[in-house]
Amino acid sequence: MTDITITVNDREITATVEPRLLLVEFLRETLLLTGTHVGCDTSQCGACTVHLNGRSVKACTVLAVQADGQRVTTIEGIAAADGALHPMQEAFREHHGLQCGFCTPGMVMSALALVERNRGEPLTETIIRNELEGNLCRCTGYQGIVKSIVAGAKAMGAHVGGAP
Amino acid sequence: MYAFAYQRPNTLKEAEAAFNAGEDASYLAGGQTLIPTLKQRLRQPSVVVDLGAIAALKGIAATNGGISVGAAVCHADVAAAPEIRKLIPALARLASQIGDPQVRNRGTLGGSIANNDPASDYPAALVGLGATVHTSARDLAADEFFTGMFETALASGELVVKVSFPAPRRAAYVKFRNPASRYAIVGVMVAETAQGVRVAVTGAGPCVFRIPEMEAALAKTFSIGAIQNIPIASGELNADIHATAEYRAHLVGVMAERAVAMIA
Ligand SMILES: Cc1cc2nc3c(=O)[nH]c(=O)nc-3n(C[C@H](O)[C@H](O)[C@H](O)COP(=O)(O)OP(=O)(O)OC[C@H]3O[C@@H](n4cnc5c(N)ncnc54)[C@H](O)[C@@H]3O)c2cc1C
Ligand code: FES
Ligand code: FES
Repeated sequence: MTDITITVNDREITATVEPRLLLVEFLRETLLLTGTHVGCDTSQCGACTVHLNGRSVKACTVLAVQADGQRVTTIEGIAAADGALHPMQEAFREHHGLQCGFCTPGMVMSALALVERNRGEPLTETIIRNELEGNLCRCTGYQGIVKSIVAGAKAMGAHVGGAP
Repeated sequence: MYAFAYQRPNTLKEAEAAFNAGEDASYLAGGQTLIPTLKQRLRQPSVVVDLGAIAALKGIAATNGGISVGAAVCHADVAAAPEIRKLIPALARLASQIGDPQVRNRGTLGGSIANNDPASDYPAALVGLGATVHTSARDLAADEFFTGMFETALASGELVVKVSFPAPRRAAYVKFRNPASRYAIVGVMVAETAQGVRVAVTGAGPCVFRIPEMEAALAKTFSIGAIQNIPIASGELNADIHATAEYRAHLVGVMAERAVAMIA
């Protein structure tokens, strides 16, 4: 067993875990933060995407012990304190960015990371589609997701436009 | 996943000691290959030695005429590093095409080359650019480092510390990717370096290899025409559900031509 301290959604959490425990299991089963989903458990689908020190990672492919001393943000951690949805969440609701919703937490966390990663240049639909390579959706056909991310990025003050 | 003990040493010496103390130890870098392997129970280490806290494995630095990249530097950081984009843009571009953003945020240079997956991208960069692998014991030319399918010259417990890439005069990497996994079905790095023209192929065979006929032809005339009629034998190439050996042989020529076209 290994002692770890992880800051999850701005709360410092100390726990004793088995080294083989996955970060996604720690979040879902120990902390009961079940917004982060497990779609494949084989590093393919991105439903388990969270931010580790601000960068998107697949929480099914990180050990909880590897996150010791680091900062983790999950889908539960992005809305405002009063419960108002994050602009990216609002955009997904407004623009039909989801059908069954299973992929959505991962999509939103990837969307937030890709907006931040591309702050330096205008965000285009091509960039968005390329950067969603690690997230699979079996319902929407991605059209609504891309539309949502364009709207969400604009609401976050990102420069969206230029050639598609 | 079977249970294992876990250690996170702070130095190379401690890491090697932890590795050698374990019966069947395994180093852990980004985990993007090792963790899926553990889940499938294809490996059962008694102890996992996490390299994440070792400062000596981190960082990107300009060297005399090139760039050195620490083993624990993730693909996203190689892709974004201003000094790499300036001096060896082909290397930054190669890193930007590995897997997906989440994989690039975790997966590392050291993990990728130590694993030497026949479909991985970095072997083509190291061999194509004539890089040197600095291990905890010695310096190895990339040509000597990759020895076979999932095999390298690393001894048990030996660590990749960093890789130094000399800046080429010009270089380009083009890959035909598996649309699902993004691994290379065939990837070709063409580089004009101080040691001459180098053409390195990944994905096609069991291990990265060079094509001396193309190198000689390009050294004479650096143009697509120079390599268009060079036959690639399919005999030793990989065949799987994604591509036959004959198709891979064909793709080697096409990817090489595209790489040359980018820089001719
Ligand atoms: C969905 C997905 C898509 C991918 N697509 C691609 C792709 O398109 N192209 C590509 O090239 N790769 C791809 N990969 C693999 C990815 O690049 C991995 O990051 C890489 O293969 C392993 O690096 P790692 O840091 O995660 O190593 P780990 O998984 O931590 O370790 C891999 C092996 O290397 C050993 N090791 C690690 N570091 C060292 C070191 N410093 N010295 C000695 N031994 C060490 C470990 O003991 C282990 O045996 C993909 C992976 C996934 C999950
Ligand atoms: S559950 Fe992690 S990638 Fe699918
Ligand atoms: S909305 Fe159902 S998987 Fe994406």
